[in-house]
Amino acid sequence: MSNVKIPDPDFAQSVIDAGGKTLDLCYQCGTCTGSCPSGRTTAFRTRQLIRKAQLGLKDDILPSEDLWMCTTCYSCVERCPRDVDIVDIIILMRNMAVQKGYMAEDHKKVGLSLLKSGHTVPASDKLKALRVSMGLSENPPTTLADPQAMADFKKIMAKTGFEKLIGGA
Amino acid sequence: MAADKFALFLGCVAPLRYPGIEKATRELFKALGYDLKEMTGAGCCPAPGVIRSFDQATWLALAARNLCIAEKQGCDILTICNGCYGSLYEANHMLQEDPELLKKVNMILAEVGMKYEGKVHVRHFADVLFKDIGIEKMKQKFTKPLSYNVAVHYGCHFSRPTKIKHIDDPERPHVLDELVEWTGAKSIPYADKNMCCGAGGGVRSRDAKFALSFTETKLKNMKAVNAQFIIDVCPFCHLQFDRGQKDLPGYDIPVIHLAQLYGLALGLPESSLGLEAHEIKVTL
Repeated sequence: MSNVKIPDPDFAQSVIDAGGKTLDLCYQCGTCTGSCPSGRTTAFRTRQLIRKAQLGLKDDILPSEDLWMCTTCYSCVERCPRDVDIVDIIILMRNMAVQKGYMAEDHKKVGLSLLKSGHTVPASDKLKALRVSMGLSENPPTTLADPQAMADFKKIMAKTGFEKLIGGA
Repeated sequence: MAADKFALFLGCVAPLRYPGIEKATRELFKALGYDLKEMTGAGCCPAPGVIRSFDQATWLALAARNLCIAEKQGCDILTICNGCYGSLYEANHMLQEDPELLKKVNMILAEVGMKYEGKVHVRHFADVLFKDIGIEKMKQKFTKPLSYNVAVHYGCHFSRPTKIKHIDDPERPHVLDELVEWTGAKSIPYADKNMCCGAGGGVRSRDAKFALSFTETKLKNMKAVNAQFIIDVCPFCHLQFDRGQKDLPGYDIPVIHLAQLYGLALGLPESSLGLEAHEIKVTL
């Protein structure tokens, strides 16, 4: 009986409460799966992920690779006959997975880059030189060129708990 | 807000990987008589696929901070990236529609002495060219007719989700094809044109190989119609196609952002287009 999955209705409710109000509207037609570019070449099935969310199969969803297969292209959302906010629901469940500690190392690196510089990609000397040669400022006029702005940016990330979440605190 | 100025939102990939996109945008809007204000101290939008997936509350607060910077300048925001457009547009929409949420976010922003009133509009530069400038005014500025056959890549966050953005049709988009053809270039149809490049949603950073499988499908279809260039309006799709081809033997299609293409048509010197940052050599 080890394969029996225990639904957790509280989980479904927590997705709804977090902003996934349309979760219950899904009637499992599969238009999402048929529209999904990720599902073309893999076993990822959008419809199934939404069904699992409705049933509250938390332990199936949060540690799964499936949760991270979506490129947020919105093909499913555009075609859903029930106006289910599929991408928003997937994002909310990703937030829950990250809260539980399920986060790829490469994703942590992106988060750490944001903490460090306010940008998701690092600056490079080669590109700085190119900027200058084109008559642009060496650094863009962003957090990279403004220590006070960077301090504010970090203050917000500390306040929302992002620093702790990513492991940068 | 004022019609002849915008707050230019740079994001990450354009200024830090393809500065020619930034430079060409600045020159283009200067030529059109716009005053582009610097969003001094802005940060990442933050990225919709990664940062929003990690923690939506942080994503929203940091996006609101960027919106505040433009609001203080009395300007609407001009974006040059689908990802930045997606994040800032959606965050702005959420904050404008939900006063309770706005209050909550403003409590966080109070930590850094900011408050968002919800007055800013977030625009995509291609939408501004199409709706605010229009073909007649644009054609007066072009000095060099182009005759390339190109594959247009829209990128997902340009028009979707269409229930909150209203700039193009989700299944049969036409805005970018028209913008490209204003220059004299021809947008050639290809199979699966509306498909995603594969980079978004945190997929590129988490599983580069899987992201490349999308890119290869698109490249195969673009190659089949002999596209000379790929034209995009998103530095992240741009990066995915440009760097992706290094890992995909048999493909060699240069990638040009629409701002760079318009820079060419305006007669800007090649040195203003930053083409040396491209992995796939661009021969004009």
